[in-house]
Amino acid sequence: MLDSKIPAGPLEQKWSEYKGHVKLVNPANKRKIEIIVVGTGLAGASAAASLAEMGYQVKTYCFHDSPRRAHSISAQGGINAAKNYQNDGDSVFRLFYDTVKGGDYRARESNVHRLSEVSANIIDQCVAQGVPFAREYGGLLSNRSFGGTQVQRTFYAAGQTGQQLLIGAYQALERQIALGNVTMYARHEMQELVLIDGKARGIIARNLVTGNLERHFGHTVLLCTGGYSNVYYLSTSGMGSNVTAAWKAHKQGACFANPCFTQIHPTCIPVSGEHQSKLTLMSESLRNDGRIWVPKKQNETRKPGEIPEEERDYYLERRYPAFGNLVPRDVASRAAKERCDAGYGVGTSRQAVYLDYAEAINRYGRIECNKNGIANPSPEIIRRHGMDVVKEKYGNLFNMYEKITGENPYEVPMRIYPAVHYTMGGLWVDYELMTTIPGLYCLGEANFSDHGANRLGASALMQGLADGYFVIPYTIGNYLSDEIRTKEIPTDHPAFEKAEKVVADRISQLKNIGGTKTVDHFHKRLGKIMWDKCGMARNANGLREAIVEIQQLKKDFYNDLKIPGEIYEMNPELDKASRVADFIELGELMCMDALNRNESCGGHFREEMQTEEGEAKRDDENFSYVAAWQFAGEHEWVLIKEPLEFEVAKPSQRSYK
Amino acid sequence: MEHYKMNLTLRIWRQKNSETKGRFETYKIEDISSEMSFLEMMDVLNEKLIREGQEPVAFDHDCREGICGTCSMFINGRPHGPWHANTTCQLHMRAYQDGDTITVEPWRANAFPVLKDLIVDRSAFDRIIQAGGYISVNTGNAVEANSILVPKDQADSSFAAAACIGCGACVAACKNSSAMLFVSAKVSHLALLPQGYPERKTRALNMIAQMDKEGFGSCTNTQACESVCPKEISMTNIAKLNSEFILAGLSD
Repeated sequence: MLDSKIPAGPLEQKWSEYKGHVKLVNPANKRKIEIIVVGTGLAGASAAASLAEMGYQVKTYCFHDSPRRAHSISAQGGINAAKNYQNDGDSVFRLFYDTVKGGDYRARESNVHRLSEVSANIIDQCVAQGVPFAREYGGLLSNRSFGGTQVQRTFYAAGQTGQQLLIGAYQALERQIALGNVTMYARHEMQELVLIDGKARGIIARNLVTGNLERHFGHTVLLCTGGYSNVYYLSTSGMGSNVTAAWKAHKQGACFANPCFTQIHPTCIPVSGEHQSKLTLMSESLRNDGRIWVPKKQNETRKPGEIPEEERDYYLERRYPAFGNLVPRDVASRAAKERCDAGYGVGTSRQAVYLDYAEAINRYGRIECNKNGIANPSPEIIRRHGMDVVKEKYGNLFNMYEKITGENPYEVPMRIYPAVHYTMGGLWVDYELMTTIPGLYCLGEANFSDHGANRLGASALMQGLADGYFVIPYTIGNYLSDEIRTKEIPTDHPAFEKAEKVVADRISQLKNIGGTKTVDHFHKRLGKIMWDKCGMARNANGLREAIVEIQQLKKDFYNDLKIPGEIYEMNPELDKASRVADFIELGELMCMDALNRNESCGGHFREEMQTEEGEAKRDDENFSYVAAWQFAGEHEWVLIKEPLEFEVAKPSQRSYK
Repeated sequence: MEHYKMNLTLRIWRQKNSETKGRFETYKIEDISSEMSFLEMMDVLNEKLIREGQEPVAFDHDCREGICGTCSMFINGRPHGPWHANTTCQLHMRAYQDGDTITVEPWRANAFPVLKDLIVDRSAFDRIIQAGGYISVNTGNAVEANSILVPKDQADSSFAAAACIGCGACVAACKNSSAMLFVSAKVSHLALLPQGYPERKTRALNMIAQMDKEGFGSCTNTQACESVCPKEISMTNIAKLNSEFILAGLSD
């Protein structure tokens, strides 16, 4: 039923074969074709710029005031690429293998291999654009290691890699805007997809400054709208990140795949109180040098500095000697939860573990003293030199921690706890990144395709840019070559009229509820249900309860919501309400998916399914498939399975011991 | 760290839209925790206003971790508030004491018109980038990344300039509303790299021309911009911009 369009032939030749035979659109015809790109993060900006460079007419949309603000900008640690600059045995195959294994064998082999193949081109492209990656003294690019791998393949720009890559893509996009090849609609939000004869032909967008609805035609529509972590209310996502565009497409027929696959990132700053509005990530790169521990005694009251070495439990190093502090994110997060649930947590909430830099500062300090020929340095001198090194590598992260907590991480260990960070699930796409709606594509975090049940660190930036720079420019031709005779469809077409009316009715419905509770009230309630029952650990009973609770929440939302202000003006509360309405529906589907998947894999941990040692227990016999859900009416979905076949990376139990 | 609660008086700029005149409104707010961020305090105020049937204060924000550059509040006469090298979203309430009065305004500059309350239109910055803040390289044009060496100190200086988040605090702090720090950061970022070298002359000329066209003022040399920049972008970039500009002019 689902045609994934995976090309025939050996894995390592699929992409070259595909490129060699894919249909093309000639330059004169490209000029007549209009492409809508929704979202301007790494995937959207890179796609819009590349397609415009090729000669297509592009329109792009973002809800921010500028395309430079998309949440890709917050990625800290780095971007993976199989360059093997460190001569440590890296290769396209190894990156492919690490990613499939890291995703716990729930990703499509062909897509992941293509991702690994183009990874090196991404670095070339970004360097050419002026992305100031970290370099060695010889002028060559520098690398560091990341979780779930044993090679150094991560390229980085201090702790601001996402920012630098996004600015690179943003500049390429602005150049195309200046050339007139892209029209940019900032402070616009997609509210509906327009289908004509079953094909995606445009969108209804809301101008967030005036509140007016606008109709926009495109021969094809690309959704590059990011992930849906904000369904949990508290997450590391930007406050405005939302699922609305993808959800509207889903309700018009695009299947939503593996919605329950969410990534809980192990190293975030713990929640400090009820007022908390979002969570802040501390880059995974900190696990390179930092050591994670909890006291060996339950309910320890001493300060970390007063706890002697032998009374500390470096639980990751103890449980996973081969990977130690660099185990993948899902494993590290669960291990932290396990220790805290068992009563070994630290801080006032007891929901935190220590991330300690004392040893790294000492180690780097000794190396620096050696380098500088300082004989018999005092501990103070060693410390000073060590701090300088740590500052250069991680200074901005340490500063951020200090600003938020008021504590100095050079002096006392940081307190960290897992937080919702990324969503591997998303709209189902085939090998060409097309959804189940003809002419509708989905790129970057918004699609489901490459990370299986768990994403490895530094792979989100890689996927967003791979999709935008090096995949869609090829695959889109296969569809558009048949669209060259399609003339621009005027937006007074009945389909546009109807879609606009649907949106207008929906907005006035929300605005006219006239209840007593704010949007955030409902969003927080939803977040709590999701975190408690569809978070780091899930079980069948809890998920069933969650579904009932969410259905009730939806009723309450439509009975008691209060939105101030007017429809036709700038109204951030109204913007939020329309996003939360979609999160509520998505939350229900996530719980259904989690309930259906009666196995543990990657970030999806079903308490009923674990080994004696508490590790995730996969069930390949029954669940080696992508769960694609088709919308079938309120509270109803049909499950369509795309079987996963592993020809090269044969599934085994993931072991990081 | 000791935590405490406080009661505050807020004087906030309210303006319905770009067509209407604005005014200050005063609000009392109670039981604010020193652990909250400044924007979380604003969230508490807004929840209260909505419950009381008033309009919440509109403000720009997104990442709330100091990197997207969206948040933009002029707090007690200083962009992004009292802390050094900080964005509004990273400012925490432990910067204040019980009984304090805090005045909050939008960025003030002709080139940044107010859209509503504390939200301004910064699209002028995007148009300056469109004028030349890029390297002209299409996707697929790139050569092998390590084929062009970049000395580490040069790469580091380029990165330091590239750290600009485009928030506009520099403009808000400047009595001439000059955008020189913003423009110079981009010019330095790209001119310091071999990849950006070929276009350096047209880039400097075109970006400055656009900056003038948008209505930003001239540099005052008072360094107000540098002192409030959340990313500590250095004034030396402005010197670099001036030299690039002169060089481009001389060789014309």
